[in-house]
Amino acid sequence: MLYCAPNKKYSDFIIVRDPDKCIDCRVCARQCSYEAHVYDESTGKVFSDDTRCVGCHRCEAFCPSGALLIRQNPSEFRDNAVWKPWFIKNIYKQAETGGVLLTGMGNSYPYPVYWDKMLLDASQVTNPSIDPLREPMELKTYLGSKPDALRIDAGSGEVRLAGGFTPQIAINYPILFSAMSYGSINLNVHKGLARAAEEMGILYNTGEGGLHASLYRYGRNTIVQCASGRFGVHSEYLNAGVAVEIKIGQGAKPGIGGHLPGEKIGPEISRTRMIPIGADALSPAPHHDIYSIEDLRQLIYAIKEATDYKKLVFVKIAAVHNSAAIASGMVRAGADVITLDGFRGGTGAAPTMIRDNVGIPIEMALASVDERLRQEGIRNQASLLVAGGIRCSADVVKAIALGADAVYIGTAALISVGCTVCQRCYTGKCPWGIATNDPFLAKRINPEIAHEKLANLIRAWGHEIQEMLGGMGINAIESLRGNREKLRGIGLNESEMNILGIKHAGA
Amino acid sequence: MEINAEGICYRDLNRMIRQAVSMGEQSIVLRNINGQRYIGNGIDSKIKLVVKGTPGQDMAAFMKGPEIDVEGNAQDGIGNTMDDGKIIVRGMAGDIIGYGMRGGEIYVSGDVGYRVGIHMKSSDEKNPVIVIGGKAGDFLGEYMAGGMIILLGMLSRTDKNVPLAGNFLGTGMHGGAIYTRGPVDKHSLGRGLGIREVSGQDFDIIMPYLEEFGRQFGVDVSVMLESNFYCIYPTTHRPYGNMYAY
Repeated sequence: MLYCAPNKKYSDFIIVRDPDKCIDCRVCARQCSYEAHVYDESTGKVFSDDTRCVGCHRCEAFCPSGALLIRQNPSEFRDNAVWKPWFIKNIYKQAETGGVLLTGMGNSYPYPVYWDKMLLDASQVTNPSIDPLREPMELKTYLGSKPDALRIDAGSGEVRLAGGFTPQIAINYPILFSAMSYGSINLNVHKGLARAAEEMGILYNTGEGGLHASLYRYGRNTIVQCASGRFGVHSEYLNAGVAVEIKIGQGAKPGIGGHLPGEKIGPEISRTRMIPIGADALSPAPHHDIYSIEDLRQLIYAIKEATDYKKLVFVKIAAVHNSAAIASGMVRAGADVITLDGFRGGTGAAPTMIRDNVGIPIEMALASVDERLRQEGIRNQASLLVAGGIRCSADVVKAIALGADAVYIGTAALISVGCTVCQRCYTGKCPWGIATNDPFLAKRINPEIAHEKLANLIRAWGHEIQEMLGGMGINAIESLRGNREKLRGIGLNESEMNILGIKHAGA
Repeated sequence: MEINAEGICYRDLNRMIRQAVSMGEQSIVLRNINGQRYIGNGIDSKIKLVVKGTPGQDMAAFMKGPEIDVEGNAQDGIGNTMDDGKIIVRGMAGDIIGYGMRGGEIYVSGDVGYRVGIHMKSSDEKNPVIVIGGKAGDFLGEYMAGGMIILLGMLSRTDKNVPLAGNFLGTGMHGGAIYTRGPVDKHSLGRGLGIREVSGQDFDIIMPYLEEFGRQFGVDVSVMLESNFYCIYPTTHRPYGNMYAY
């Protein structure tokens, strides 16, 4: 092992290299952007340095002779239920640097995952289940504000809807790709997301880093985001997609702003974000033109005016203690879609303490927001999108049964193109070529292959959702929305079931 | 053309303006403006609007190209995330003027409120400018990432003892420059900022905007130059570069 400070030796991973299989071909050294594998010219051998390993498994995946295995370091401190290695190692790190702990992706603490404590219903005897392979099954979802009542005009002999709707967006699947900015991820991933969204008839979200000139052609499948830094926001941008999302908060870091380090601001990102090359891109914690619901209304309508009322306005908040009351204000402020991002939502960079300790689970926020909007009789005025830790199609179905119109997936989408959730997105050295703008690494993502994988994921989940709906005897996703009778809790206490608005299994 | 805005809701008024612009109208005079919001929002052609009265919040937000001449005071949020064009306010203006502005020019003859010019930015092609004839409230140029604010303090309606700029001047600033006519108190400056007296080349940068201000509001440039100018600039483009434990 190479020399390093003693306390860094407690590496998180060990790299196991089988000397019988290793052919010293240097593939691992080329693949590892953290320099955990080093080729020694003098001996012609490849060595590993465990302390540099982030556990991304890139080398293991690419080793042509299967010589590498990445394992959790089994070296253990004295067993202690309080002072777990996580805390000890973090203190060493901070004692060394005096810095704020940084991390990527979503909350990784073992808080309860309520998706895993809810079970779905199925039809038996009294109402028939439906076979989606041979019978109609509708997943199409319309996002947007719905009128309080329908007025029918039948005067001229022809039956027609009077008054019309505000703009609506039709999506083929109740799954969208959540906001990930150009800068936090690179253009190749953005291209893959845009093309997959186009093929599948869904939407992707630009995130707050503006829209690269080459992606304007995917406008019908694009949500453009307007966050506090207002990067790359101008009238053409606002009109480029089908909706504008005002980002107030993010599940991974509620209450704090964003920070794309200057090293990541190259010429293309500078042009797209409209900031100088090499300068930090700082997103203030609040929008400084929004200090109240009334101010939020002002920005919503500023955007509606600037887009001639043709675009939907989404407002995204992190799921926090008062989400229900805030969401009510957001609907009354004129948002067409409310986005709730739970504390398991991912990020390119967040202070570790914030990611792991602030916010609430999306399941709880969703249930309370949907319930509150129903009680107030305004649930129809906005669609409800949820994000933050949707891992599989069953999570999607449970979210919709709890009251969501559709879900956003971010981490799941990145995993489909290779991410192994090593949580080092903030270093800009992503060996899988996702959360990096280094051209050498970024070309590891081929936009066409990314497109294919992302589209496959949506297709696969779509089939599974249809199967689950069919099993419940439901033939349209809209009939499931807020249908909490289709859910039962397992191992939940009374207050958890009250908040989720579901009964316990067996009841 | 002229539009009499008396009693017209902002939504109808702005529709009329957009309609006129799409018909090729080059110059519109808006009479009896009384608090209507969002005037000129998102318009992306080089028309001229004359606003007679007091326009409401978020005038010229996301605007790209027009020139708006306000014959009166302006409220909060004018030039919000503005892209290009020119705003002239013949009076005072409220808070958060030019938030996230990335191009174009704003001239205000009198005083302005809090958090003016925050998070202005610039790029290769664009360099936004705000010139203030009066004084400014707290947080002027907060988070500023590019562009230029010129604070003259000449046409203020405040008392003499009110400082030129409020507290937290340029706090979090990491690009661009704030020029002040006369010195500011060191204690009102945010951290990580430098201040120097303006001379030589700096004057070449600000002179065109001083001249335009003079032309618009009838102030002689030689009178402006009777006092020394100072330039406040960030000492780093990476104010929080060393904050994290990697």
